[in-house]
Amino acid sequence: MANEAVIKTEELTYVYGKGTPFYRVALDRVSLSIEKGSVTGIIGHTGSGKSTLVQHFNRLLKPESGTVSVSGKDIWEKTDENGKICFKVGLVFQYPEYQLFEETVEADVAYGPKNMGLSEEEINERVKRSLQLVGLSESYLQQSPFELSGGQKRRVAIAGIMAMEPEVLVLDEPAAGLDPQGRKEIFSGILRYREQTGKTVIIVSHSMEDMASYCDSVIVMNRGEVFLSGQTREVFSKADALSSVHLNVPQITSFMSKLQKMGYPVPSDVLTVEDAADVLVKLLGGEGTC
Amino acid sequence: MSNTPFIQIENLNFSYEDESRRMAVLKNLNLTIEKGSFVAILGHNGSGKSTLAKLLNLMLLPDSGRILIDGVDITDENLSEDALYEIRRRIGMVFQNPDNQLVATVVEEDIAFGPENLGVEPKEIRRRVDEAMELLGISEYAKHSPAKLSGGQKQRVAIAGVIAMLPECVVFDEATAMLDPKGREEVMNAITMLNREKGITVIHITHNMEEAVLADRVIVIHDGEIVKDGTPRSVFSDVEGLVSRELDVPQVTQLFHLLKTRGISVTTDVLTEEEAVKAFVDLYPEKNHGK
Repeated sequence: MANEAVIKTEELTYVYGKGTPFYRVALDRVSLSIEKGSVTGIIGHTGSGKSTLVQHFNRLLKPESGTVSVSGKDIWEKTDENGKICFKVGLVFQYPEYQLFEETVEADVAYGPKNMGLSEEEINERVKRSLQLVGLSESYLQQSPFELSGGQKRRVAIAGIMAMEPEVLVLDEPAAGLDPQGRKEIFSGILRYREQTGKTVIIVSHSMEDMASYCDSVIVMNRGEVFLSGQTREVFSKADALSSVHLNVPQITSFMSKLQKMGYPVPSDVLTVEDAADVLVKLLGGEGTC
Repeated sequence: MSNTPFIQIENLNFSYEDESRRMAVLKNLNLTIEKGSFVAILGHNGSGKSTLAKLLNLMLLPDSGRILIDGVDITDENLSEDALYEIRRRIGMVFQNPDNQLVATVVEEDIAFGPENLGVEPKEIRRRVDEAMELLGISEYAKHSPAKLSGGQKQRVAIAGVIAMLPECVVFDEATAMLDPKGREEVMNAITMLNREKGITVIHITHNMEEAVLADRVIVIHDGEIVKDGTPRSVFSDVEGLVSRELDVPQVTQLFHLLKTRGISVTTDVLTEEEAVKAFVDLYPEKNHGK
């Protein structure tokens, strides 16, 4: 992973309802940078400013003050390139399956690349590739997206954005409402996208377990400000700080840090059940106690 | 919890249909739910959980089979309209998206909406609304606009609206799915309180295994059939069975299961973090250099 920022905000401020009684500062001088090629999670309680923040990454919202730059360029400078910023930073909203509208899966996924003016050959190539990324076979191409299950629809909608091969793929609660298996499928698709294209992925979510399992680094938002940020392991080792902003850590992380507090020689920054098992097997088996 | 059945489902079948095909959603389902119990229903997307919930207060009609609510056959074709409304009052529903179920511009008016439509006396409405707000801890937002509340607060307003109709049973259909951790906790506390303190029968449909642990009974539905039914401890002890049905178990349960398969002799019926800590300390007290 290169150590270069793909998205950078400086003193980014956004207010809702300026000049009305509903005036509210939604983002308060947010400065952050997101590393190129990373999977970065953004967490925070409802109303903390997560979604407002990501909508600034492709000009859906205009900052009150401060700057947003993508690949080192201010996205509000008047250039041809900035007019097409939505091709560069692709945003998948919550419940994207409600945005499907074409008659076939193929046409729906092709909609984005078509608008980019790509050749038909390239479009076909990309449609197949992105469906493959989200784990749907070519047999779905001619089906109506409305006949699919909820989880499949969601994957088609995400494939539609992946087909544009954005430099940065932003997903707002990509797995909300799905069962555990559906969640896994969505996240493996997202990770495959990063792996095969080397592009950056940003995920907004309320699921600490998912964030802990899939992200390289995490940004914690609170009251329109960056409250914490860093490598995933580092952020989730701060259970007390997270609970002070109405968040928590995965159950397994909490369990291991309790053992540590009781004096057992285990780390407090364990993120997954598999890692915890490795630690405990070593601890218990290694000293011949069982 | 008493042993009196509140909901009895007998040989229930339901399918969705369009021009080209027919899809069986619930297949010959039999289920009895006792008065005052707290039942969690788990199942993959499309397993039939929500369909079942909607059948319970006749938002959907079964193809065949019977549903008895407190002894009354609600699937009886001759059921009067009044009786139908009475069933809907007795079995309240709370859905996933708080924004889709709040109708008024002020919190207390929203809660009054149900009883108003039942033709309850204004004085009695006032009393019920105040009581419901008190119970759910939202009295301080009585005059607020629901739009300004957090997800957890909105869901509690929705629950208060149901409670103001004095239901005997409330079905929560993934009512926590869209909430942040704090909101989830608020709603789960409210649900547990309604069951334990008010004796309301709770049916909680969820994908969250840590929430299911709070119930006294867990039912797993897979492809329209009940495949597991028992206490959380017995259901979650079958880790492989649940995973093969596209479900999960709580992380600590999974951990102890994994330790066992890797040759460490631990108990595998651990459900909560506290139990996990205790089980660990019991087995390995000598490692406790404790404070």
